[in-house]
Amino acid sequence: MAETDKDGQDIVLEARDVTRTFMISAGFLRGKRPLHAVNGVNLKVPRGEVLGLVGESGCGKSTMAKMLLGLLPPSSGELFVDNVPTSRMERLEMARKVQPIFQDPYSSLNPRKTIGDIIALPVRVQGNADETALRRQVEEIMELVGLPRRLYRNYPNQLSGGQRQRVAVARALINKPEVVICDEPTSALDVSVQSQILNLLQDLRAELNLTYIVISHNLAVVEHMATRVAVMYLGRLVEVAETDRLFENPQHPYTKALLDSVLTPDPNLGVPDSSLGVTYPNPVDPPSGCTFHPRCADCMDHCSQSAPRTIATETGYVECHLYDDNQGRGRAAS
Amino acid sequence: MAPQESTPIAQPAGLPTAEEIMEPSPMAQMRKRVFGHYGIIIGGSTLLLIVLVAIFAPLLAPFDPILDQDLADKLKPPFWHDSPKYDPAHPLGTDLQGRDYLTRLMYGAQISLLIGFSAMLISLVIGTTLGVAAGYFGGRVDIIITFIITTRLSMPVVLVALAVVSLIGSSLWIVIGVLGLLIWDQFAVVMRSATMQIRNLDYVAAARACGCSTFHIVAKEIMPNVVNHLIVVATLEMAHAILLEAALSFLGLGVQPPTPSWGLMISEAKGMMFFDAWLIGIPGAALFALILSINLLGDGVRDVTAPENRN
Repeated sequence: MAETDKDGQDIVLEARDVTRTFMISAGFLRGKRPLHAVNGVNLKVPRGEVLGLVGESGCGKSTMAKMLLGLLPPSSGELFVDNVPTSRMERLEMARKVQPIFQDPYSSLNPRKTIGDIIALPVRVQGNADETALRRQVEEIMELVGLPRRLYRNYPNQLSGGQRQRVAVARALINKPEVVICDEPTSALDVSVQSQILNLLQDLRAELNLTYIVISHNLAVVEHMATRVAVMYLGRLVEVAETDRLFENPQHPYTKALLDSVLTPDPNLGVPDSSLGVTYPNPVDPPSGCTFHPRCADCMDHCSQSAPRTIATETGYVECHLYDDNQGRGRAAS
Repeated sequence: MAPQESTPIAQPAGLPTAEEIMEPSPMAQMRKRVFGHYGIIIGGSTLLLIVLVAIFAPLLAPFDPILDQDLADKLKPPFWHDSPKYDPAHPLGTDLQGRDYLTRLMYGAQISLLIGFSAMLISLVIGTTLGVAAGYFGGRVDIIITFIITTRLSMPVVLVALAVVSLIGSSLWIVIGVLGLLIWDQFAVVMRSATMQIRNLDYVAAARACGCSTFHIVAKEIMPNVVNHLIVVATLEMAHAILLEAALSFLGLGVQPPTPSWGLMISEAKGMMFFDAWLIGIPGAALFALILSINLLGDGVRDVTAPENRN
């Protein structure tokens, strides 16, 4: 299974030109218009990596997550898990390899099922359920994620938020998946519990050799967890770089603005000025050229005319005219 | 995954084991909640009493509901009337044809329960199927089913029932069928919105990401979470069907005489309302008790199955 690409990396998850378009009705009798929630995303995730996916609300992070989980097929392009295109994978096979951890542990657990049943579901669905062995397996994974065994027959509403998220982690990991998609894994939790869950995820990654995609708008979470970060804006990845690089030396003006917008604990510093003056553009009607140009601090003349090309950087790439000496001749493809 | 090889720690004496401090099994938890709920106990025991009386009516009733009529004995008062003195053979008196009122009341329970339950069951199946399909699949399916629901809602139940019954004649099973095909709208509307709410929750997405089939998701993830709404609607609709049967019988288009039906008993007694009010009062009270007990039970079942009430 573990094929490696030419750089000798074991690529567990790959996206090639993945696009997802929704048809949005523009109003009564006005027909429908396309909304490119995810627009031509290319991504390679080596095994064992933690990829942070950051961006504003509505930039396509969650659509990307749904596609990675196989809950939503891409409109065009192809996703590969273990070098197998997801469009040719069985539902159950996909489920064995990619599992989600959702944002809100209050809505991600069925309130009618006991904790034991919730955690056992992924195994039962796969069809090889020997109940005694399954019970042992569930109790083992409960111990692994730090849930007391006595909660086996409790219902989710008898648990705290942190315990619920541990249940969600246990459910995601019981089948030993290869990739775990964490969609805002801590943003619904108390601050005191957030770090517990993040550390748990870190420990389990080392123990089970997992690959994480951590989707978050909380840059501190991403900095803590991720080995590489992808910055998403209006359905495109505008910058991908290793975490240290990205936080020390952001390239794309949007990344810089995002980093500037982080609130500091010091009240005297006030609300940071992110210089993202104009509001988020309507994704049905994105700006011409580089979609970021109306909000960009470094906007140049040709930015509104042609879309930027993908420029390789030291540890990733950036899509910005600033780093392209090929003044505004546009992206080759698309 | 490498489960840590932990050496088993000896259980200290006097401390409870994990098995002992674990929550009791789901069934045991449910039993405890059911028997601690007054609505269920009162409504359930009343309903149980009525059901038992209906089932064992042939054994319990002192007379035959139809054949034992004696015009010389007509309009005997019930036991709480002093003048004229009541006849101990007829504790609830006799009706206009001299038939024993208690006997007819007992057999009438059969008709009310049969019609209420069967009509509710038919409408439950139709309404739940349509509602869950509309709510879960959305899109075009939802548009079509919503149109069907709207069409149904635009038809007045009593008028349609009257028209159908007067066209094809009236019998017990026709009344059940007509009512069952007419009162599913509440099921469909409630199930549709309840399913829509749940469909978008993360645990449905988690189940789908686990590879669950659509059938599994609807049956195991969605239905258990909408069943409390279903029970409430079912009890309301059962009561509704019983009342509709009584109304149709009252208008002479439901169950036909001489079948003993509570609605028919009220109808036959309406001419005597100002002279012998008990003729209306007794079947009316029975109808009231039955519908109240059904609703109490439904509310109670919703309470004990609602996840918010656990703890």
